Amino acid sequence: MYILIAGGGKVGANLARVLLQDRQGHSRHEVTLIEQRRDRFDKLEAEFDHQVQHGDATELHILERAGIARPPDILVAATGDDEDNMVICQIAREKYGVAKVIARVNDPRNQAHFDLLGISPTVCATSNIMALIEHEVPEHDLIHLLELRKENLEIVEVQIDKDAPCAGKSIDRLRLPEDVKVISVMRGGQAQNVVGSTELRPGDQVLAILQPGKEDELRRALLKR
Amino acid sequence: MSASHSATLISVKAIVIGCGRVGSSVAKQLQRTGWDVTVIDEREEALARLGDHWAGSYIVGHGMDVDVLREAGIDDKDDPAAAVVVATDGDNTNIVIGQVAQKRFDVNCVVVRILDPARAEFYAARGLRTICPTSNAISVLTDAVRACEFRPPENIQRVKVAG
Repeated sequence: MYILIAGGGKVGANLARVLLQDRQGHSRHEVTLIEQRRDRFDKLEAEFDHQVQHGDATELHILERAGIARPPDILVAATGDDEDNMVICQIAREKYGVAKVIARVNDPRNQAHFDLLGISPTVCATSNIMALIEHEVPEHDLIHLLELRKENLEIVEVQIDKDAPCAGKSIDRLRLPEDVKVISVMRGGQAQNVVGSTELRPGDQVLAILQPGKEDELRRALLKR
Repeated sequence: MSASHSATLISVKAIVIGCGRVGSSVAKQLQRTGWDVTVIDEREEALARLGDHWAGSYIVGHGMDVDVLREAGIDDKDDPAAAVVVATDGDNTNIVIGQVAQKRFDVNCVVVRILDPARAEFYAARGLRTICPTSNAISVLTDAVRACEFRPPENIQRVKVAG
């Protein structure tokens, strides 16, 4: 595949490194990396040679010099500037017809802007770490495990305590909201798919798939006394 | 009757993001012509550009921050912003803020300054009202030169440059 990476910082450079080499040292993909900062570029050029280009990846002629008109199979906007990443993705997709763009989100507060502009998928280190922390903190009774942005769905995990009102009830007796589906239950370290007659027990971790925004309804159906 | 008429005149709200040379001047001119202007800039000291008698609002904050835009009243229930001018010193920042104002807050009149002609043209084609000072300067300068009455003096020899 041909992959164009905008931004040669730690994320972009390491990505290029991984894409270019497999364990035997063979090149797996064709990669072009674009870096704006001269000092960074000079170091990258020593390693990546002609596979790195110097310039501002939000400028059309720089993107064209890097081969965006071919177009690449995937463009990764991995600069440290969210506005730049958004503009790079919009130009790549809408001007040059790049089928797949992946954007790095530096400030999680900008996630809404990426969503507004339809840029997906996005990767935000802060949000990812935050989700892992939430997973560890017991007072969060509902944990987001996976977001399927394009499909407008998410998978969440709900911890069933011993005094939860749904404990002892079967799935089809729960008043689950529409668009919310319980898919499996973690019980004693084992995942099992559920059917309507599956009874929830204290200590269960319930996996459910739902539309974003339905979390409170699910919480009410399972946990509200 | 004319006095009561002018008393009920409601000024229209405009938000200017970026209080540099351009943004501050636009804000002052709009205010002078009766607009209710709120200026947003990250730097507190940029307020000085609006002069000693600035009667509009000034918010220290980043235009990418939705809370700041809301504080400026962009989607005020009774009096939403009629116009948003985006003129920070970053092209891409302006492009994103302009789209947020247009798509998220449904502001009808969004004007965005973009210095790079290529990006200005691309986003103009996508429905953003872009102003490109660089393109304007290029055409004004070119027209100015063309408008000069210029006759090459007889004694200048044209020299062929070796290719």
